[in-house]
Amino acid sequence: MATSVQRASQQLTMADLKGKVDPDWCPGCGDFGVLAAVQKALVELRIPTYNVVTISGIGCSSNFPGYMNTYGMHTLHGRALAVATGLKLANHELTVLVTGGDGDGFGIGGNHFVHSMRRNVDLLYIVMDNQIYGLTTGQTSPTSRIGMKTKSMPFGNIEAPVNPISLALAAGATFVARGFSGEQKHLTELIKQGIEHPGFSFLDVFSPCVTYNHDNTYQWFRPRVKKLEDDSAHDPTNWMAAMEKSLLWGEEIPIGKFFERTDVSTLHGAEPVLNNGPLVHGDLKVPPEVARSFVEELM
Amino acid sequence: MKQTFAIGIGGAAGQGVATPGDIFAKIFSRRGLHLNAYNAYQSIIRGGHTLLTIRTGTEKVTNMGDRLDLLIPLNQDTMDRHLQLLTVGAACIYNADTIKPGPAADGVQLCPLPVSELADISRNKVAQNTLAMGAGLHMMGIGFQALEEVLREQFKKKGEAVVAENVGVARAGYDYAAAHFMAFPNPIPKTENRYAILSGNVAMAMGGAAAGVKFYCAYPMSPSTGVLHWMAAHARKAGIMVRQVEDEIGVINMTIGAAHAGVRAMCATSGGGFALMSEGLGMSAMIETPVVVINCQRAGPSTGVPTKTEQGDLWQMLGAAFGDYPRVIAAPLDIGDCFKLIPEIFNLADRFQCPGLVLCDLLLSEGRLSVHPKDLDFNQSIDRGELIMTNGNGNGASIAAARNGDYKRYKITDSGISPRAVPGVPGHIHTVATDEHMEDGVLISDEFTNPIKRRAMMEKRMRKVAGIEAAVPPPTLSGPRDADVTLIGWGSTKGVIEEACEILNEEGVSANQLQIRWLVPLHGEAILDILRDSRHTIIVENNYSGQFARYLRSETSFVPDGHIRKYDGEPFMPHHIVEAVKQQLAGQTKLSVPMHEIMV
Repeated sequence: MATSVQRASQQLTMADLKGKVDPDWCPGCGDFGVLAAVQKALVELRIPTYNVVTISGIGCSSNFPGYMNTYGMHTLHGRALAVATGLKLANHELTVLVTGGDGDGFGIGGNHFVHSMRRNVDLLYIVMDNQIYGLTTGQTSPTSRIGMKTKSMPFGNIEAPVNPISLALAAGATFVARGFSGEQKHLTELIKQGIEHPGFSFLDVFSPCVTYNHDNTYQWFRPRVKKLEDDSAHDPTNWMAAMEKSLLWGEEIPIGKFFERTDVSTLHGAEPVLNNGPLVHGDLKVPPEVARSFVEELM
Repeated sequence: MKQTFAIGIGGAAGQGVATPGDIFAKIFSRRGLHLNAYNAYQSIIRGGHTLLTIRTGTEKVTNMGDRLDLLIPLNQDTMDRHLQLLTVGAACIYNADTIKPGPAADGVQLCPLPVSELADISRNKVAQNTLAMGAGLHMMGIGFQALEEVLREQFKKKGEAVVAENVGVARAGYDYAAAHFMAFPNPIPKTENRYAILSGNVAMAMGGAAAGVKFYCAYPMSPSTGVLHWMAAHARKAGIMVRQVEDEIGVINMTIGAAHAGVRAMCATSGGGFALMSEGLGMSAMIETPVVVINCQRAGPSTGVPTKTEQGDLWQMLGAAFGDYPRVIAAPLDIGDCFKLIPEIFNLADRFQCPGLVLCDLLLSEGRLSVHPKDLDFNQSIDRGELIMTNGNGNGASIAAARNGDYKRYKITDSGISPRAVPGVPGHIHTVATDEHMEDGVLISDEFTNPIKRRAMMEKRMRKVAGIEAAVPPPTLSGPRDADVTLIGWGSTKGVIEEACEILNEEGVSANQLQIRWLVPLHGEAILDILRDSRHTIIVENNYSGQFARYLRSETSFVPDGHIRKYDGEPFMPHHIVEAVKQQLAGQTKLSVPMHEIMV
C-alpha cells in the first residue's frame, strides 16, 4: 500500500479499532501482541477504518478480522491471499491487510503465497508464525524445527522447515521483514512500514503458542532476537545481504526489515485498465461503439 | 427436410485445417447463410487427426447434421477414414500427387487435383489447401470474387506478393474445377441477411462483458480457454481486469474477492478445474458474495478426453461443495444462448447473493454458429439486487460516519436476502465469515455456538431458494402436445433433438421436445404436468449413467419410458436419435447407445 493510503480527518483511538468481540485466544498467546500492534499502526497512520479490509484464512490467528473494527473477511484455509488479490484489483483504493498463521500461509496456502509475491500485489501480509498447528490441537507445521515432537510426529519431525524470509526474498517480495510479538514498538513500526510500502509486504512474526509449542517460547526467543535496525552495517536495499541474513538461525535470530525495494510496479499499477480509477466505481456498461465493434469483428 | 450443405475438411493438426474452415465460414456468412461448425480434434499440437465440419443453409443450422456433401482430405489418413462415409451426390477433392482414394460409394464424385502442376509446391506449403478451396468454391456455384476478397483480407498483412500468390493458386483450383469437375446440382444460395459467426466461448465472454463483468480470471483448461482468450484480447476496450492465475483454487478465490469488493466477477473452467473450485463455491454461498462460474464440460472422469464433449458433470455441479446452500445452475441451449444466459444468471446471482453456475460443454464452447447481431445486444438490463455502494472513496467522511451503526450484513429477512454493503462504505463496517455467523457477522462457530441461531441462519439463506424459483420460468414443451413421443434433453442437445423431431415428423412419427435450460431450480411440478400427458418419453443425454434422468427422478419420481445416451466423446447426430426412437417405439429396447460412425 502507499500511494493511495487514505487519511482520516480526525485522530483515531485504539477504541475505534476494537472489534465487536474480544479475542478467544489462549491467555498469553502471541497473537494478542500482533493484534495490538496492528491496531496501533492504523491509529498512528490515521487510515479510516472503512477503507481497511482485514482478510484471513483459517486457524487461531485467522480469527483476527473479527477482532478489528475494519471491513473483514474470514475466508478459507490458505486462500486469504487469493481473495485479497481479487479484492485489491477490484478496488485498489482500499488498504488491504492479510493475516494468518504458518500452516495457513506456508502449508495449504503455499502456492498463493509464492505467486502473490512475484505479482507484487499491494498489501501487507502478516503471518503469526508459531511453528505449530494450534487450532487442530498441536501438529507439526511447515516451520516446525527438525526433531520437534508433536501429536502428528510423536518421535520428532524429520522434515526440514521452510525458511519464510528466504522464500519471500526468492519469490520477489518487495518488502520482507520479521517481527516478534514480544517486541511491541518494533513490531508496530514494521507494520506501519509494511502498510506504507508500495507492493507486497511480507511480515513474518514470531507469535509463540503457549499451549502447544513448548520449544519456541517467549523465553526461547527473547535472548536470541537481534534487531537489524541496531546493526549499522545492514543495508535493506541489498538483496544478497538480506538473503544471507535470512539464513541466520540459532543463538542469534535477526528481526526487523531484511529488504525493501520500491522500483517495481505494483500489480494494480501495471494494469492500464485501472488508469481511470477502481473498477468498482466504473460504469458497468460497455460503451455502445465498443460493443458494436465486438460484434462486427465476428461478421 | 431442410436444405443444407456440409463440408468436411480433415488432416493432421498443423496441416492448416482451420484456415480453409474459417475462409469457407466467412464466405457462407457473407452470402447471408446460417452455419454450424464443429471441429473433431485431438489433444495434439502437430499430427494426429482433426475433422472440421461446416454445415450451411438458408435456415438456422442447429447441428453438424448427418451427411457430408464435400470432403477435403488433406492427407491419406483423412481419405481412409472418411471417404467410405460419403453417399450419392457427394464429392471429394484431394491432392492426386500424395493421396490415393479407396473404394467410394456409387454416385460419389472423386476430384483429384494435380497439385504440383497447378502450383509451385516448393514455395507454397499449403498450396493443396488453397487449390481445394478454389475448386470447391466453383463446384458450389459461388463466384471467385467471394474467395478472392477473403484471401486478400487474410494475407493483407503479409504484403501484396503473398496476396497475389494465394489468389493465383486459388484461381488455378477454381479454373481447374470448371474444366474437370461436375458442379453440385444446387448452387449455394444467397440471402440479404448478415450474421455474426462465433463460438460458445466467445459468446459467454461477450455475454459477460454485456452483463457488466469487470473482473475475469482463469487457469487455462480445454475447452474453456476460449473465454480467457476473448476476455484477454478485449479487456482494455471493455474495461475488464483479466488475470491468468496459479490454479483454479486461486481463480475462484480471486473471483470471490473481486465480487466482494463490489464488481461483477466471473470465471470459467472445465470439470477438473471446477472440482478444485468446489470449496470456494461454498464460501461464495456462506459469505453471500455472488459469483458466476462456467464449467465447459469435457469427457471425464479425471483428465478424460480433453478435446471431446460430454454432459457428465451434472452431479458434480449439483453436489459441488459440502453443506446445503442456495445455488442457480443453468445449461445454455445453443451458442446464441451462451451470450443471453450470462446477464440473466448474473442478475439472479446478484439478487439472491449466491453462486450462479453455467453448465456448458465442448460442443457449444468450441463449436461455431451464425447468430443474428440483434441477438448479441449489449444493452442488457442489469439488476444488482440489494447492494450498498459509494461512488467515491469516502474521503472527508467523518469518523462518526465510519462507526458501525446498526448495520447487519446478514439481517434476517422474509426473502432471506440481506442488503449487502461493500468495503469502503462508511457506516457499514462488518466482517464476513465462512464460519457460521450471526446477523452482524460475529461467529457462532467457535465460542458462541448456538443451535437456535444456527438454525435461523440456515433458514435465512435457504429461504432464497423460493425466491429463485419464482424468478426463473418453468420449461415449456415445443411441438404438438399429443405427439407419439416426447424427447427430453438439457443444454446443448437442443439443436440436434430439434432436427431429429423434424425428421421423425416427416417420417410419420410425431415428436415433441422438452428441453431443460434451468437445472436448479428445476420446476419439477411443471415438468410433471407436461410429461403426464406424454405418450412415450425418452431422455436424450451425452453421458453414460443418465445423469439428468437420475436427477429428474430424484426430484419428481418420474421414470421415462426410455433413454438415448452417448458417451464416446462425440456429439449426437440427428440420425442417431431418429433411429433409436424408432427402435424404442417398436419395443426393441429401452436404452439406446448409438454408435458414432465417424472415426475422429
